[in-house]
Amino acid sequence: MNQLLDYSALAFYAASLGFYVWHLYGNERLIGRVATTCLSGGVVLHYLALMARARAVGSVPYQDLYGSMSLFGWLLAATYLGIERFHRQRAVGPFVLPFVLLFVAAEAFFSPRIPLPHPAAQGPLFALHVTSNILASAAFALSFVLSVLYLVQNRHLRDHRVGTVIFRFPALEVLELMSRSSVTVGVCALGFGMALGSVWAHRLMGRYVTGDPKEIFSVLTLLIYLGYLGVAQKTSWRGARSSVLCVANFLVVIFNYTVVNFYLSKYHRFF
Amino acid sequence: MASDENTSGNRVREMAAMRIALIGLNHRTAPVELRERVAFSAEQARQAAQELREQGILEEAVVLSTCNRSELYGVPCEAVENAAGAMECYFAAFHKLSPEEINRSLYRHSDEDAVRHLFRVAAGLDSMLLGETEIIGQVRQAYMAAFESGATGPVLNRLFQNALEVGKRVRTETELGTRPMSAAFAAVKLAEQIFSHLRGHQALILGAGAMGEQLVEHLRDRGIAHIYVANRSRDRAEELARRFEGRACPWEELVQALVLPDIVITSVGGTDAVLTRKMTERAMEARGGRAMFVIDLGVPRNVEAAVADLYNVFLYTIDDLTEIVEENKRAREKEIPRAEALIAAQLEKFRDWQTKVQGAAVFAELRRKLEHEREALLDEYLGEMKHLSQEDRLRVRRLTSELLDRIVAQPASHLRKERQQRRRLQEIEAVRELFELDEKEE
Repeated sequence: MNQLLDYSALAFYAASLGFYVWHLYGNERLIGRVATTCLSGGVVLHYLALMARARAVGSVPYQDLYGSMSLFGWLLAATYLGIERFHRQRAVGPFVLPFVLLFVAAEAFFSPRIPLPHPAAQGPLFALHVTSNILASAAFALSFVLSVLYLVQNRHLRDHRVGTVIFRFPALEVLELMSRSSVTVGVCALGFGMALGSVWAHRLMGRYVTGDPKEIFSVLTLLIYLGYLGVAQKTSWRGARSSVLCVANFLVVIFNYTVVNFYLSKYHRFF
Repeated sequence: MASDENTSGNRVREMAAMRIALIGLNHRTAPVELRERVAFSAEQARQAAQELREQGILEEAVVLSTCNRSELYGVPCEAVENAAGAMECYFAAFHKLSPEEINRSLYRHSDEDAVRHLFRVAAGLDSMLLGETEIIGQVRQAYMAAFESGATGPVLNRLFQNALEVGKRVRTETELGTRPMSAAFAAVKLAEQIFSHLRGHQALILGAGAMGEQLVEHLRDRGIAHIYVANRSRDRAEELARRFEGRACPWEELVQALVLPDIVITSVGGTDAVLTRKMTERAMEARGGRAMFVIDLGVPRNVEAAVADLYNVFLYTIDDLTEIVEENKRAREKEIPRAEALIAAQLEKFRDWQTKVQGAAVFAELRRKLEHEREALLDEYLGEMKHLSQEDRLRVRRLTSELLDRIVAQPASHLRKERQQRRRLQEIEAVRELFELDEKEE
């Protein structure tokens, strides 16, 4: 049942990607709507798949790589859907959906189908801590994609290389706004997730700060994104420079998600 | 009552025939002098559509007149054998010309060719500037004017609605509508690619040429918030500001004037650069690095080339814009097959509607004719059958009526289900000939 839901979600995401690409070239409103509908369908089915998985292990899927990747993919799709609705822009879909597909496909095709042991850490507080932090990473990933798109379009416009696709993209100003919205979501989610993590640590160990490298890198991530929000809006760093900053910030997120999790952190592994 | 029946019978026949006629001339067939002489004003177009109907030439009429074309579309009255000829005579007489003067420039299309022609016109494929967007608004205006004065009917209503639909589809679903074809419009599209909506933005015009004015018109259409004008001559600046409904700025305070606007258009005569790198750099600092789009329409250039190196400054010269337009022209030409495919699909849709209506009209007429025969037969034979009670007579009438319904219903349903449009049309024509439905009633 769980596998069927995974494959169905994957099929919806793949269809959605196809329609987003078609919409980017054909600019038919109906096709754009179909793409969004497919994405919404994928998000719902993926949610059901994650719920089934969570019920099976008795917690949010965080203790194995594939579960964590799937949750990341779902939150990326959901965040993109929200940003798309808010800014009424579908042209970014073809660049976000491949990442969603990659994460969901990894889970659907490579995850071992053996029952996982029930994790030690459970409960709504812990579930929110995990979800919130993964949401932050998904939102930062989205801002990364938007910033790369900004830089590409900026380069094309400055070099006078304007073709059909450039006219189909959202305006530079809109890409910048979407990126800022996405980072705002990420900063709020990360702040909230870290606060919940502190409460959780206090409950387990009697102190709010454990000194785990993950905590240090999370604070660093929060600070650099707050810095981005500060410079991207009002200073002469707005535009391409702040987009480069956003791309660089995401490298810290990747480092935090991989090297810190696998080699440095004592309490975190897949989120 | 009898007159009502006749009117309804005529209407059915007209719908069944559903002929469409078109005559007109355009930039390909007539020189501008002739096009000017045969142009219709909005009032004249309304009058012509009215008169064509009053004179019994057309049942329905629409006059489409733009700077590049004058065309008459209509559904000919059944009594008129050579509708195109009558339309031509009216067309020439309306403009006080002899038919010979326009004869060689006119094109004449009927039925499917006329429908296809209108679809191509609405899609911008028949325009001087391939894919231009203005024509669809002009087709809409011509149709609305005729519709409001009651000159259109079911056929032209459907035809023009289909034409507007395909015109819109071609613009949204192909590159014909997206790629700007004039340097001024290309500049506005680039501005929108940087700033999205122009509503919250301001523009500064330095000097003014024909293209500068065209550009300001486009910016105003797109809802630019404010326009500032600076000119070496204060009086000229005031005059231009009045014309553009903007505000004049002193030429000496150019650097300060550059702080607010996001779009700067230069079109100044002279050999010295008006906008230097140093000036722009100072302005950019004062703007807090906010992006600036500079459009240099001057020849020789008004803006130092080094301005393009400044952070968040997008500089386009007239040559850059011309190059974009040339590339767009080539790209638009490549889109013609896609646009033609959309037109073919719409044509199929219109033909489908036509056959449905024609089929329904033919069978309604057939039913009416058979009903007439039935009544005559019953009147003749029931009179001789004195032994039948009143109830039996009613039963015979009901029975024969139901028999007719069944006879007509089956082939009508068969035609409705038939998928091949052309075959359907032929079958409808065959039914018409077989039952001699074109014969006028006495």
